[in-house]
Amino acid sequence: MAARRRLPFWADYLLLPFLNLSLAFLVSGLVVLLLGENPIAAVKLLLYGAFGFGEAVGYTLFYATNFIFTGLAVALAFHAGLFNIGGEGQAALGGLGVALAALWFGHLHPLLAIPLAVVGAALLGGIWGFIPGWLQARRGSHTVITTIMLNFVAASIMTYLLVNVIIKPGQSAPETVTFAENVWLPQLHGLLQPLGIAIGRSPLNLAFPIALLCALLVWIYVWKLRLGYELRVVGRSEPAALYAGISPATHIVLVMTIAGALAGMMALNEVLGAQHRLVLGFTGGYGFVGIAVALMGRNHPLGVVLAALLFGALYQGGAELAFDMPRINRDMIVVIQGLVILFAGALEHMFRPTLEALFVRTRPVPV
Amino acid sequence: MGAEAAAAGVDETPAVELRGICKSFGPVQANREVDLAVAAGTIHGIVGENGAGKSTLMNILYGFYQPDAGRILVDGRPRRIRSPLDAIRAGIGMVHQHFMLVEPFTVLENLLLGAEGGFTLEAGIARARREIEAIERDYGLEVDLDAVVRDLPVGVQQRVEILKALFRGAHILVLDEPTGVLTPQEADHLFRILENLREQGRTVVLITHKLREIMAVTDHVSVMRGGRMVAHRRTSETSTEELAELMVGRKVLLRVEKGPARPGEPVLEVAGLEVRDDFDVPRVRDVSFTVRAGEILGIAGVAGNGQSELLEALAGIRRPSRGRILLRGRPVEDAARARARRLGHVPEDRLRMGLVRSFTAWENAILGYQRLAGYLRGGFLRRRRMIAGCVDWMERYDVRPRDPFLHAADFSGGNQQKLVLARELEHDPDLLLVGQPTRGVDIGAIEFIHRRLVAMRDAGKAILLVSVELEEVMSLADRILVMFDGRIMGEMAAEEAEERRLGLLMAGVTAEAG
Amino acid sequence: MPRITAALFAGAILFAGGLQAQEFKPAIIFDMGGKFDKSFNEAAYNGAEKFRKETGIAYLEFEVTNEAQRDQALRRMARKGADVVVAVGFAFATPLEAVAAEYPDTKFVIIDSVVEKPNIQSVVFKEHEGSFLVGMAAALASGTGKLGFIGGMDIPLIRNFAYGYEQGIEYVNPDAELFVNMTGNTPAAWNDPAKGAELAISQFDRGADVVYAAAGGTGLGVLQAAADRDKLAIGVDSNQNCIQPGHVLTSMLKRVDVAVYKAFTSARDGTWQAGTRALGLAEQGVDYAVDECNEDLLTAEMRARLEEARERIIAGELVVEDYYSTMKQ
Repeated sequence: MAARRRLPFWADYLLLPFLNLSLAFLVSGLVVLLLGENPIAAVKLLLYGAFGFGEAVGYTLFYATNFIFTGLAVALAFHAGLFNIGGEGQAALGGLGVALAALWFGHLHPLLAIPLAVVGAALLGGIWGFIPGWLQARRGSHTVITTIMLNFVAASIMTYLLVNVIIKPGQSAPETVTFAENVWLPQLHGLLQPLGIAIGRSPLNLAFPIALLCALLVWIYVWKLRLGYELRVVGRSEPAALYAGISPATHIVLVMTIAGALAGMMALNEVLGAQHRLVLGFTGGYGFVGIAVALMGRNHPLGVVLAALLFGALYQGGAELAFDMPRINRDMIVVIQGLVILFAGALEHMFRPTLEALFVRTRPVPV
Repeated sequence: MGAEAAAAGVDETPAVELRGICKSFGPVQANREVDLAVAAGTIHGIVGENGAGKSTLMNILYGFYQPDAGRILVDGRPRRIRSPLDAIRAGIGMVHQHFMLVEPFTVLENLLLGAEGGFTLEAGIARARREIEAIERDYGLEVDLDAVVRDLPVGVQQRVEILKALFRGAHILVLDEPTGVLTPQEADHLFRILENLREQGRTVVLITHKLREIMAVTDHVSVMRGGRMVAHRRTSETSTEELAELMVGRKVLLRVEKGPARPGEPVLEVAGLEVRDDFDVPRVRDVSFTVRAGEILGIAGVAGNGQSELLEALAGIRRPSRGRILLRGRPVEDAARARARRLGHVPEDRLRMGLVRSFTAWENAILGYQRLAGYLRGGFLRRRRMIAGCVDWMERYDVRPRDPFLHAADFSGGNQQKLVLARELEHDPDLLLVGQPTRGVDIGAIEFIHRRLVAMRDAGKAILLVSVELEEVMSLADRILVMFDGRIMGEMAAEEAEERRLGLLMAGVTAEAG
Repeated sequence: MPRITAALFAGAILFAGGLQAQEFKPAIIFDMGGKFDKSFNEAAYNGAEKFRKETGIAYLEFEVTNEAQRDQALRRMARKGADVVVAVGFAFATPLEAVAAEYPDTKFVIIDSVVEKPNIQSVVFKEHEGSFLVGMAAALASGTGKLGFIGGMDIPLIRNFAYGYEQGIEYVNPDAELFVNMTGNTPAAWNDPAKGAELAISQFDRGADVVYAAAGGTGLGVLQAAADRDKLAIGVDSNQNCIQPGHVLTSMLKRVDVAVYKAFTSARDGTWQAGTRALGLAEQGVDYAVDECNEDLLTAEMRARLEEARERIIAGELVVEDYYSTMKQ
């Protein structure tokens, strides 16, 4: 038995990502240097831009909210051994659900209208996850293929509806009318103001705590519930699942539906919390970045939240960097993000063997 | 020249000679001081039970493994065979149990793989086609060179493999269990081809565990057991009975202390059962038997004769295509419901089915029982209780290390098996299905496992034991069924069972034929 | 390389501008396509560059990469003290409405959309009028009476191009047949020349001999296909006549550069006015391009017909409908 040595929890989830991240920033620093800017100053600007003042933190957490939802959608499916690349389409459909609920029920009391919009997001996103789940379970169609294809189908549906059906008439922008204020998710700066807490004006809204709650629920689902136990058996070994009387098909459909609903709820943040209207292309690639977030977060909800924070900081700090250091344009920000994904995601095994060798003797019982 | 070859009256230099081959995999000694001489222009059979070391020996000859000690001589000259390429250069060709063909390619394209010859494909193809057609004529190997391999029946695919070896200049051809996948007609055709090869002066080494094939086609036969070469015979001077005896051996049985069985009510009744595999091939054919409370029914047989499919069907994992399975008088519907009705199952392949490698011990300790009310509180797992239970079983079954948080993959085979056994026994089943309970398990653990199974029986449980280890079946079971090619070849009480007769049945030789 | 030098230059000047707070400070925010999209955003960039070169005054700039940044960038520019902020693209409409109210002293300009606020100037183009003229040109040049239109993403703006084009064709030849294809449903449709070429070839195969591409970077593939098949194409936004000389009948000019340039200069010299400016043929906001690359294709005779129609449209005798007026509700 070649016993594979495992790392203690903290080394696996904190030290290793930290090492990878440091390397990513080191290489990014070299690129910044090549562009003729001071890398130290750039990092300072980036950190300041992401965490330095209230508004910055607000934007960082706002972006992180998107990434938590789409990251969870990938991570959860992964526990069933499925690769959900459909976050983008599921989020788009979630946006449609939000918009329809907001347009139909916007006149109702917020305590009624907002939950209906949440249900709308989860329902339509869930349907968009259910379809590839069902196809995988019943027809054996690989989710990688079907979810990618459904992203395109979702894009087509959204374009058709936003151009022809639910567009605000008489304008060139493919957008709906702005929703009734009743159904807007309260933004946190507004909520905190009466309490005497002044955070800068940012689109950070109630979707953020909802995202954290979802992360907690996913954790409970995967590690605390019988359903999650069975789900993990399906993901790790299908023969073992059949042996244990667990139906892989049922769990695949269930988990893809929930994953779709999670991705769909990203629309709460963007559509209901920030834009207050459905805008074509509001998903903005968050669904795809969610894959990197899940990868970095090692498919653990806590890891996903942390990785989402990192990506949120990169988005917001990157924008500030582009504002203040014009030589570092938006393409450079993409390069830095790419390096982070490369080192922290794809190359995450680089330091692992060395670290594991270091920890051979001192392996405590993981809790 | 080997002494055996001389004894067999062959004066020429052997085509292949192996001297003192030793090979270990960790603590397992797969080959111990093996000598073998194969006379040129003969068909030489090698027989032995699974795990006797036949395949290891042939893989050494073909360069897949390097021996720890010993020498290989081809045509009397010592050769270093470090890779299959060296083997091909030495004129050795091999036809594996599982074909190594590119399915979407045509026969000709497959034959050319690795021997394209020439800068442009065209010139090489034309030359190769002429050569191959000549080989086909010489040996009666009719194959359509332009057919796509995927579309060909298994028997013809095998001919392509033989053709491939000959095209590459093999004059020594090794076939590993060639009839395992063939119909009887295809097997007969194969034997005619082998005889043709011999007539043309080629040498054939045939590895099999089917004694009838040995008797039908070989000139000489060597018997392996426990990694050693135990006998060499001229086929004309031996018999299936003698070979069976040599194969099984006379080693002391691992005797289990057990009193007579006191069978009670029937717990499991199987009638007219047919089970098909994933490729819709019937693997269990018309099988009927009963297991009673308080008895161990053993199913003996060489691996791959339908036992796996039978176990899966009984456990509700695989749906039978015909027949019925009654557990305490009611049909078994699926795995979940079968378990709820007190069916325990120790699967043959614990790492594939019985455990989830990347799960901790305590998580594995509830696999299959995760729906039991005692483990749940409103859909939540009662983790503490599960861990405590796991620790308790690890104590009582002496699972080491006694760490419920260790991953299953990090336990040794014996400890993994004890973990599975603990789980299946401690959930107190009425019927226990046990497949290969001691495969890959060290001697100490074997005894422990055997004692537990007998204790279960004495507690009035019904046990169905499937094992390829004849000794194990003989020492544990109260009644023994022998399975061959999906059928029950015979049944006998344990005290009447003799190894020789069981060995013959396992090899597919019925009492009348023997 | 030009990108880096431009950024370098802009950066240096931005820094200088920061020191002289008294100076006039314009700002521009590009849409997601980015300022080097060879199309709409690049035209806006060219207008800003023209202003900078003539006046030596640097401008602040930002390229948005997601929806949330629109609001953020507008606010950011206002807070930095920009005198005039040009938002390039209709998608800025809703965020601008909110931000403009918060910064009443900042002048805002939005291109391609109308937002009514006392400190917002909305610049829209009558793409349908320009498209009408190139539609006429297409119908006049066609030998088969079959014409093509290839749009980028299927959005109302592009439908407005198509609608004007269709009316122009009908004006010349009521029996002409028009094939309309959109490249896709994602923003990738703006930059897919291979698919543009494919669509163009399929329209040529159906008999079309003039194809109008209103599809950003995708249009380059359409132009290439026209050259390969020895047919004609019509370019869009900027003058694309010389990209495939002899195969580009004309280009429908949409003078975003002029709009941006005018926004900057008018804000500087105090003539800036809020309200909507619809730039059509009369205002020379849209036009068709004639240069040495298409003189021979667009004959004097054809040009006379086009000029006559231009006069009538400007005079109001000939009304070209826009797509938005046909939208329901």
